[in-house]
Amino acid sequence: MNIVCLIEQTGGLERGSAREALGLARRLADAAGGQVTGLVLGSLRDPATLGAWGADRVVELPALDGPGSSDAWSAGLADALDPLAPDLILLSASATGRELGPRLAARLGTGLVAECTELAWQDGQWLATRPIFAGKVLVTAPVNTKPALVSLRAKVFAVQEGGPAARVEQASLAGREMKAVVEEILAAAGGKLDLSEADIIVSGGRGVGGPEGFAPLEELAAKLGAAVGASRAAVDAGWRPHSQQVGQTGRVVNPTLYIACGISGAIQHLAGMKNSRYIVAINKDPEAPIFKLADYGIVGDLFEVVPALSRALS
Amino acid sequence: MRIVVCLKRVPDTESVIRLTPDGTTIERGDLNYIINPYDEYALEAALQLKEAEGGEVVLLCAGEAEADSTLRKGLAMGADEAVLLQVPQELRDPWSTARLLADWLRAHPADLILAGKQGVDYDHGAVPGMLAELLGLPSATAICALERVADGVRVEREVEAGRERIRLPLPCVLSADKGLNEPRYASLKGIMMAKKKPLEVLESQATAEAEAGRLALPPARPAGRVIGEGAQAAGELLRLLKEEARVL
Repeated sequence: MNIVCLIEQTGGLERGSAREALGLARRLADAAGGQVTGLVLGSLRDPATLGAWGADRVVELPALDGPGSSDAWSAGLADALDPLAPDLILLSASATGRELGPRLAARLGTGLVAECTELAWQDGQWLATRPIFAGKVLVTAPVNTKPALVSLRAKVFAVQEGGPAARVEQASLAGREMKAVVEEILAAAGGKLDLSEADIIVSGGRGVGGPEGFAPLEELAAKLGAAVGASRAAVDAGWRPHSQQVGQTGRVVNPTLYIACGISGAIQHLAGMKNSRYIVAINKDPEAPIFKLADYGIVGDLFEVVPALSRALS
Repeated sequence: MRIVVCLKRVPDTESVIRLTPDGTTIERGDLNYIINPYDEYALEAALQLKEAEGGEVVLLCAGEAEADSTLRKGLAMGADEAVLLQVPQELRDPWSTARLLADWLRAHPADLILAGKQGVDYDHGAVPGMLAELLGLPSATAICALERVADGVRVEREVEAGRERIRLPLPCVLSADKGLNEPRYASLKGIMMAKKKPLEVLESQATAEAEAGRLALPPARPAGRVIGEGAQAAGELLRLLKEEARVL
């Protein structure tokens, strides 16, 4: 059984989501008997250390260190995958994975299991579970293509550490025309933490009242090392950018702790955050639906409760 | 410029989703259906391009017979014509959908193909990229800005580190994220005119190739608990988060 994980990297360091994929791959390879190869989109500063996270072998693709191009990369990756004869290819459901996964799926003629949250080898086939309707429903289906191509939702699969150093190889790719080319990456302002990567999210809704009402939420988030999210009501009112929207037409998140401030709990919002491990709700209205699923609810004015939390954390 | 916009009919995002007793599909009887919200951003972008430089906007949908009303809504917003690739049963498999759409698009080439970044029903987010690869076209996924440049388009998309700015030649495939624009409402005149616009129905026997699998509702969370009122509950909350939940 050959399992290949596509390893995204930034500045020569593998992304956390790549470690999560390696952790899952290691457990599956140990259960089904097989080996794990990390196929790097570019090269790493210290590729052998991927062994610690579960890789037996690392194959670097230095040709992909340059500017990104989804058309050229999907073709190049298909070429690089061919000699590895994978039974299963794992990638991250990250911005890059969402761009490359579908193209690669069509290139390989396999179809794609996107945003998987559970994957098992059972009775000689892969069984994958993924959320649909933004998590209102889960679907579990066998994956019968070879290779099976599966993208993994972030922060779902556990990393594991402690494996021996991996063998390292490099593969070259034929030069290709790049049609779509990434010209530049405009960095997020102030090193903003991405919602899908945050352990803690402080989120605000209609009850925040306006853009300036987010200031106490920002302060609490800074104290907790948290990202700031928003409900659709707050985004549609123009108080926050759409990239911060949590819900069915925004991000689906699963942080360790989700603090909902002035959010009543519309169905489309709950769909985006109810898989958080712990949910805190702060709302003036004791009848707000959010209290039905909050592990810890406080009935009160967020403009009193949130600053009190920040003070208590100082 | 000839622009094709892929549209999908999906249940309203405010819907409560229930499953059929055999767990193979969702209960569809009482659902209210809408144009997939992300596809509306794609359509608005197409209409703005057409207004700026002329051309036509064609709607393309792979779906069941009922999807014709979804296409009429798109025509009412301002598209010129619509094509429904009518399948006997909803295709829940993006690979099957992409191949069906690609077959039509090969015979009716477009300068630009736009779609929503994902259907808010089955959430694969895969059809636009698959379509691009099948047609041999460049693509950009989940764009939040779009600008016409001399020989193509320049787009932006949100990535973990910030925003990517990508340049693409035409023809290409773009998928739209929220934030790209503010979709217009259909005017009364638009709704009247939509009734007379061409809507071609082409029957297809395409079926989903991937196994549909079993559906289940996620495990219910434990019932919520209110731990106190007002600012004085802040201390108790932090204690519980540290000692009970152990997340701080």
